[in-house]
Amino acid sequence: MAKTMTRGTRFVLFLLAVATFSAPVLSDLILAKVERRIDLTSQIVRITTTLKVENTGSDPVSEVLLTFPDNQANHLAYLTVTVNGGKGKGKASSGGNLPVGVVHPEGMPPSLTTYSVSLPKGLGKGDSLLLDVLAVFTHSLRPIPEKITQSDIQLVLFQESAHYLSPYDVKVQSLSVKLPDARIESYTKLENTKLHGSEIKYGPYENLSPFSYLPIVIHFESNHPFAVAKELIREVEISHWGNVQVTEHYSLVHAGAQSKGEFSRLDYQARPYVRGASAFRRLVARLPPRAHSVYYRDEIGNISTSSLWGDSKKMELEIEPRYPMFGGWKTTFTIGYGLPLEDFLFAVDGKRVLNITFGTPMKELVIDNLFVKVVLPEGSSGISASVPFPVKQRQETKISHLDVVGRPVVVLEKSNVVPEHNVHFQVYYKFSCLSMLRKPLMLIAGFFFLFVTCVVYMHVDLSISKSSPTYLAKLQWEEVQTNIQQLCNIINRCLTTNDKLEASLRDLSRTGDVQACKTTRKSVDNLLKELSKELKPLLTFLQSAPQAAHIAPKVEELIAKERELQERLMAKHSTVVDCYEKKLGGREIENRISSHQQKITALRQEVDDLLEFIDEI
Amino acid sequence: MAASDASNGSSFRNAFGSVLSFFILILIGVLAFSIRLFSVIKYESVIHEFDPYFNYRVTQFLTKNGIYDFWNWFDDRTWYPLGRVIGGTVYPGLTLTAGTLWWLLNSLNIPLSVETVCVFTAPIFSAFASWATYLLTKEVKGSGAGLTAAALLAMVPSYISRSVAGSYDNEAVAIFALIFTFYLYIKTLNTGSLFYATLNAIAYFYMVCSWGGYTFIINLIPMHVLLCIITGRYSSRLYIAYAPLVVLGTLLASLVPVVGFNAVMTSEHFASFLVFIIIHVVALVYYIRGILSPKMFKVAVTLVVSVGLAVCFAAVAVLVAVVASSPTKGWSGRSLSLLDPTYASKYIPIIASVSEHQPPTWPSYFMDINVLAFLVPAGIIACFSPLSDASSFVVLYIVMSVYFSGVMVRLMLVLAPAACIMSGIALSQAFDVFTGSIKFQLPNILDDSRSDVRDATSDNAVAPTDVAKTAKSEDTTKERTSKRSKKKEKEPVEKPPSKSQVKKRLLVLPLGTSIIAIFLLMLLGAFYVVHSVWAAAEAYSAPSIVLTSRSHDGLHVFDDFREAYAWLSHNTEVDDKVASWWDYGYQTTAMANRTVIVDNNTWNNTHIATVGTAMSSPEKAAWEIFHSLDVKYVLVVFGGLVGYPSDDINKFLWMVRIGGGVFPHIRESDYLRDGNYRIDSMATPTMLNCLMYKLCYYRFVETDGRAFDKVRRTEIGKKYFKLTHFEEVFTTHHWMVRIYKLKPPRNRIRGKVKKSKSKTSSKPTSGSKRRGTGRNPF
Repeated sequence: MAKTMTRGTRFVLFLLAVATFSAPVLSDLILAKVERRIDLTSQIVRITTTLKVENTGSDPVSEVLLTFPDNQANHLAYLTVTVNGGKGKGKASSGGNLPVGVVHPEGMPPSLTTYSVSLPKGLGKGDSLLLDVLAVFTHSLRPIPEKITQSDIQLVLFQESAHYLSPYDVKVQSLSVKLPDARIESYTKLENTKLHGSEIKYGPYENLSPFSYLPIVIHFESNHPFAVAKELIREVEISHWGNVQVTEHYSLVHAGAQSKGEFSRLDYQARPYVRGASAFRRLVARLPPRAHSVYYRDEIGNISTSSLWGDSKKMELEIEPRYPMFGGWKTTFTIGYGLPLEDFLFAVDGKRVLNITFGTPMKELVIDNLFVKVVLPEGSSGISASVPFPVKQRQETKISHLDVVGRPVVVLEKSNVVPEHNVHFQVYYKFSCLSMLRKPLMLIAGFFFLFVTCVVYMHVDLSISKSSPTYLAKLQWEEVQTNIQQLCNIINRCLTTNDKLEASLRDLSRTGDVQACKTTRKSVDNLLKELSKELKPLLTFLQSAPQAAHIAPKVEELIAKERELQERLMAKHSTVVDCYEKKLGGREIENRISSHQQKITALRQEVDDLLEFIDEI
Repeated sequence: MAASDASNGSSFRNAFGSVLSFFILILIGVLAFSIRLFSVIKYESVIHEFDPYFNYRVTQFLTKNGIYDFWNWFDDRTWYPLGRVIGGTVYPGLTLTAGTLWWLLNSLNIPLSVETVCVFTAPIFSAFASWATYLLTKEVKGSGAGLTAAALLAMVPSYISRSVAGSYDNEAVAIFALIFTFYLYIKTLNTGSLFYATLNAIAYFYMVCSWGGYTFIINLIPMHVLLCIITGRYSSRLYIAYAPLVVLGTLLASLVPVVGFNAVMTSEHFASFLVFIIIHVVALVYYIRGILSPKMFKVAVTLVVSVGLAVCFAAVAVLVAVVASSPTKGWSGRSLSLLDPTYASKYIPIIASVSEHQPPTWPSYFMDINVLAFLVPAGIIACFSPLSDASSFVVLYIVMSVYFSGVMVRLMLVLAPAACIMSGIALSQAFDVFTGSIKFQLPNILDDSRSDVRDATSDNAVAPTDVAKTAKSEDTTKERTSKRSKKKEKEPVEKPPSKSQVKKRLLVLPLGTSIIAIFLLMLLGAFYVVHSVWAAAEAYSAPSIVLTSRSHDGLHVFDDFREAYAWLSHNTEVDDKVASWWDYGYQTTAMANRTVIVDNNTWNNTHIATVGTAMSSPEKAAWEIFHSLDVKYVLVVFGGLVGYPSDDINKFLWMVRIGGGVFPHIRESDYLRDGNYRIDSMATPTMLNCLMYKLCYYRFVETDGRAFDKVRRTEIGKKYFKLTHFEEVFTTHHWMVRIYKLKPPRNRIRGKVKKSKSKTSSKPTSGSKRRGTGRNPF
């Protein structure tokens, strides 16, 4: 019921409730000293409380209760309690965080949320302990007025109690509120209120009974970016080939006072800090060192307004959204970067551990809903995640590059996330290195089969009907082609033998050795006879084959010409040899063979042409 | 034995040659793909320009909703309030191709985004196109010419301009489809195979799916068929190549919703049917001539011709009457402007207003096809020696495409493949001649001194007994080539008279000349490569939605368009309507996901004219028009601050013209001072009071104090004014996009009612205003 009411009425109800309750004594603890410091310099409200807990009863006490009104508890993002060792100023907290849990003890006033802190060891009679409590709240600063124009400044309202709300008696307490260095519109003035620059001090107050409540309201100027990510999906993908790829999808909104009326670029550009003071134009992300391949884009492409610098300790990425963010304006973008695997992945007890930060690398960004998805390599098993604070966990699978069964994904879901959540968390899983080879082998096999299929396809006769006319015709045509090929070869050999004859003639002219020339002639004669014998079956086949009908005449012509060429050559040869035997002069020989010579050249030409023509078929 | 060895040798040589050309083709594909990646490397992997954004959006829809929803998609986010039937008005080839590609990759578990697939579709298909060019040119002039042509096409600037990575437009796949269809036609023509004829029809179908330019195919092929018939080259192969294409192709084409009955109704397809009839008549005549004796044939011819002519005349008369009865003579506007280049500027300003529909200038030829322009004539000559069916086709292709490219600069794209094929043929023939003559002469020079020795050794090498052995031991290919070259080289050495003969046959040129010529050709090729790479890197890679400028302090990026669209998409209601000039319609729907009034589809001239009228009206009238259209935001593009020339002020005259074409109260002369378009102090009052002027220059004077427009290079005429009906809601970083919101009407009407109450209705001005309110531009 209370939830449906406005904040104001709830307060009234709450106060009534507090007033009507007779404070039940839960235990014999008292708070000897309470110091509260509220930091309002950014949109995130951080309340640091130092409690000095004393046990006045006889029984040892092992838990301390902290209470928050519901309206605050709803916005509570982060709560840690540490034991303050006493030395120093609470910075060196010894031990770790104490376990904190929500409890519903009997007799508590309604509209209070109670957290119980378990102490490391029971607090004996008269013992005291210093506790540091850090509570971080989001969305606690309410912009008043809710809508401003471009040139207005943004004013926000903060409500708290001047008295520490506690189920225990509080002896001494004080409160200091740190505000940004700017105008303070108004604040609740109580006794003992002091204003030092941008810091307001309330108290000290002494000896207050449990559940005392004194509301204060501070209205002040805050122009710090009210950047809120409505949703952030962080995907951490592990590749065992050496990379951790982080992709972050932001859906950002300026959660401050809504902008109304015109937006004038002119005013904004001329005096950006006056006309546009409430807007923010840049965000800074602190990336892990050795981050590489950083990109920044949205669904319509790269956003060019970003810069990156860094050293061995850190990388800083400064990004500007496409347009300055005024109140209520939204935008979405994605940043991504790669990280070296060895910085984040370790092996522990045969298991692998990914150790990486949980929250966003952005500074001072509130995230309403955060999804962290850790994508493990395909084939991982035995998956478990350990996060230092409660988150919703589930598992899904993602099918990515060349996956067969998909990669296991650990999804961690958390709402209301502040920079304090940016701590390391661990994901444990088992993964065999052999699985790494799966994809390369798969690719190799794939290509291998592709080539094998090609080879098989090229070599296998795939015709369906072995008796179909086209198939037979094809076979026949192939046969014809081989025949023609052989025929051409024979003709070529004939030509080379002819050349040999010519060569012998030249030898003759040089040496005058008629005998050698004659023997060459004989061998050539024999050879040509053999060749013409070989030629015969081929020719008859070609003449009979219907497929070769259009080539056969050409082939016949070729053979005829070639034969004529041979005869001419023989004639020339005999003439020359005759002449030599008769010892005739060179000129005489020239004269006698000139007619032959011309004819031979012409024939040779024709034969060559025909050969080329047939070759092309 | 020897014979089989030799045949092995030749088949090995063939295998070697085909493996080599296979690798060359792969390299050409890689080249075609990678030369188009400059845009990704220099800018980013992003969709370019205007139309690609629409195609991208359609592809997104297709991949998300499936093919059936795609066909039935009624898009209500554009042309508000009319909407647009996307499935029936879009050429689906590109979208389906990219969608299939995406689906295939995703089913192989390679999760690429739709955007990535879309960005790289064009480069992939240009690799395919260069392979198709190889096939086509190979059919025409052999594989040497094919490889050259493919290499030229891989980097022809004209084609690069339309197919860089991110240029996701119809032309990207259509050029491949065009070339491939032509290849299959030539292949069918050369083989006479019905198999290829069927494939040809399917390729034609793909082309019809992809691009409106398919009419080029369906007119060019009939023309070639007619040419073949007239020159007496009719054969059964021609019939097989043509008849199935017309029948199957038309049936398939009419399956594409955007074509539908246009495939038989419009005049663009008329030529194909006419030639279809003619080829049947011719086939019949050939058949009859085959069965009749020549004497009888003569008698039959006279008989048939006299009857046939009469019938033909009657048919033609009816057809002409039907066609002439329609106002555009059955031609679509774009086709008509091809036939009559002045048509668009006379009747359809919307077509004329697109810069890519203007005729090209001479420098753009040099820019787009570069040295190919000089090689084309040589290629044509090479095609005539000897003229075959195939080579006559490419000659016809180049002639037609030169004409079309002269009409519309966009059709330079059709010219580019033809120019590449021609130049490929020319280059390869030239290289053939030059290398041939070098090969022919080089050994002479080397061997002159020691010819005897060589002869002796060569005789031994080719001795018949040795052939078998050497063939086995030696590299057979070498043996074969050496034999050939020997044959050639021996003849001139021994037989002086035959030398001249051989020379004549081989067209042998002097050695020095051919070496120099080869060197010059290489230089020409190198120049072409350098130019193409430059064009790809510098001229054609800009995505146009993101601009860069180099200044002394480094690279400056102007990302204003996306800034504005991102602002619209995140900070306005999802159903808000945005009015802008139609150029930005596609981008607004795709990037900002907001409803627009008009977009680049320009199908409804009246609607565009309404927006043009609003932009050129005074503020109040404009407000009324926009309000009647439910518009909430008005987007203008303004380059005056940074000097971006293609802004709305420079396009403004077209708005006036188009608006005035439908609404006569907008007169172009009102916006011109003495025929000059100006915005300075000499501008007309109509100009200085129109909405476009006001929205662009609102508070501009406060930037530098004197309102100097960097594009127009002048101070603006009217510097100080207030907006009454619009308010500025967003202006980008460099003021390139300004978005205004219409002020809500409520308060104003109340004020008016008050005013009319207080002043009574005696004042005639308010009455006229009221009438003005009621006037609807529709």
